[in-house]
Amino acid sequence: MIRVVLPQHLRTLARVTGEVTLEITRPVTQRSVLDALEARYPMLRGTIRDHITLKRRPFIRFFACEEDLSHASPDVPLPDEVATGAEPFLIVGAMAGG
Amino acid sequence: MNKVRLLIGTKKGAFILTADGARKQWDVSGPHFGGWEIYHLKGSPVDQNRIYVSQTSSWFGQVIQRSDDGGKTWSTPGEGWPEETSDGAPQGESNKFVYDTSSETGAPLTTHQWYDGSQRPWEFKRIWHLEPSLTDPDTVYAGAEEAALFRSTDGGQTWHELAGLRTAKGHLWQPGAGGMCLHTILLDKSHLDRIFVAISAAGTFRSDDAGKTWRPTNKGLMSKYELPDPEAEVGHCVHNIAMHSSRPNVLFMQKHWDVLRSDDTGESWQEISGNLPSDFGFPIAVHAHEPNTIYVVPIKSDSEHYPPEGKLRVYRSRAGGHEWEPLTKGLPQENCYVNILRDAMAVDQLDPCGIYFGTTGGQVYGSANGGKSWKPIVHDLPAVLSVEVQTFT
Repeated sequence: MIRVVLPQHLRTLARVTGEVTLEITRPVTQRSVLDALEARYPMLRGTIRDHITLKRRPFIRFFACEEDLSHASPDVPLPDEVATGAEPFLIVGAMAGG
Repeated sequence: MNKVRLLIGTKKGAFILTADGARKQWDVSGPHFGGWEIYHLKGSPVDQNRIYVSQTSSWFGQVIQRSDDGGKTWSTPGEGWPEETSDGAPQGESNKFVYDTSSETGAPLTTHQWYDGSQRPWEFKRIWHLEPSLTDPDTVYAGAEEAALFRSTDGGQTWHELAGLRTAKGHLWQPGAGGMCLHTILLDKSHLDRIFVAISAAGTFRSDDAGKTWRPTNKGLMSKYELPDPEAEVGHCVHNIAMHSSRPNVLFMQKHWDVLRSDDTGESWQEISGNLPSDFGFPIAVHAHEPNTIYVVPIKSDSEHYPPEGKLRVYRSRAGGHEWEPLTKGLPQENCYVNILRDAMAVDQLDPCGIYFGTTGGQVYGSANGGKSWKPIVHDLPAVLSVEVQTFT
């Protein structure tokens, strides 16, 4: 079981509270997590990554195990702690001032 | 009993203001979609409980919301359509705006001009304006940045680009400072296949075949300081156009500079700025019952987006242009430096006609007597992006 933490606005959009849990077969990657998340919550398609290119939106970040994984290949396996559910995969809105 | 409902889009959410026909006491509901930029929301003229919303964010992109109960509850269209998954999850994907490049109905993803003079492929940013059909509550048009027109015929569940518009000299269109946006859509109830759109900075365009083919309708526009060829066929920074439904061959335009009028369905335009203190501005509106009475809000200049002399003045022409009178009673006449954006003025259908506009300072002003006097309905909202009115009689 994978644990995913969404930013507030996307929790509202998906009508969830707290963490989202997903069942994903290994290997667990950014792509497989996002594929499963979007399949479960289709209204999130296009809000985290582009509809067509599937590239991460510029102001979205992916964190896990105190590491910034935003720039990692989407097909690289995520840390074991994420794959086992010990640690969540965090989808974060980038900081911005103003 | 008469009732008016204002739909207000702001930089940080949507607000719904309601009043009875006297338009003196207002109930305020909101923020809806707090924290998101609400570029526009508009109700269907066929079913006033049906309201479409453009909800957007630099972080999370474009979302379309819909209400079927007059704004009490909202959903992203497509929830439960065509059928929910076994665990009840929604199926819809109402936020998918993809330029149509198919050989059957689309156009190649060509390029438009960029700020540095280079050519750049179209890239979807957001929806600026939603225009529900005059005849079908499930059909709605959406004006996009970068400029394109989309249509949904299933209540906002899926969207299809009317790609012929991009072929109307699209390679010569270019973004203004606010982006290359399709911000105005006018539908003609006497010619249901006719659509007008306005794009910054491209100009106005007309389709007479329900959006399949388009042509520029900018003859007479003069952009002396914005274009190397002031009378170019496309490239003009049109800010807003308006028509009265009883006289759809007459159009009024607020351009970057100049207020103009067309008496021949956009085939040609004549300047009607007359005695305005500045002919720069954003919105233009037509009185509900007097097709020759129009309203603008002059702004000092393209580099100083606030009212001349710090005086917030709506100008009215009862002659269809040329001769203008300031409407100031109840509006701040000193130290006022707000702007009124292109979609932020609207009229109701009551008699006397109500006029409403919102400012970048968060005020929404209303007049229940055609502009003779004004009152702030709310004064501390986030910057107002759009104002629409629904009238219940």
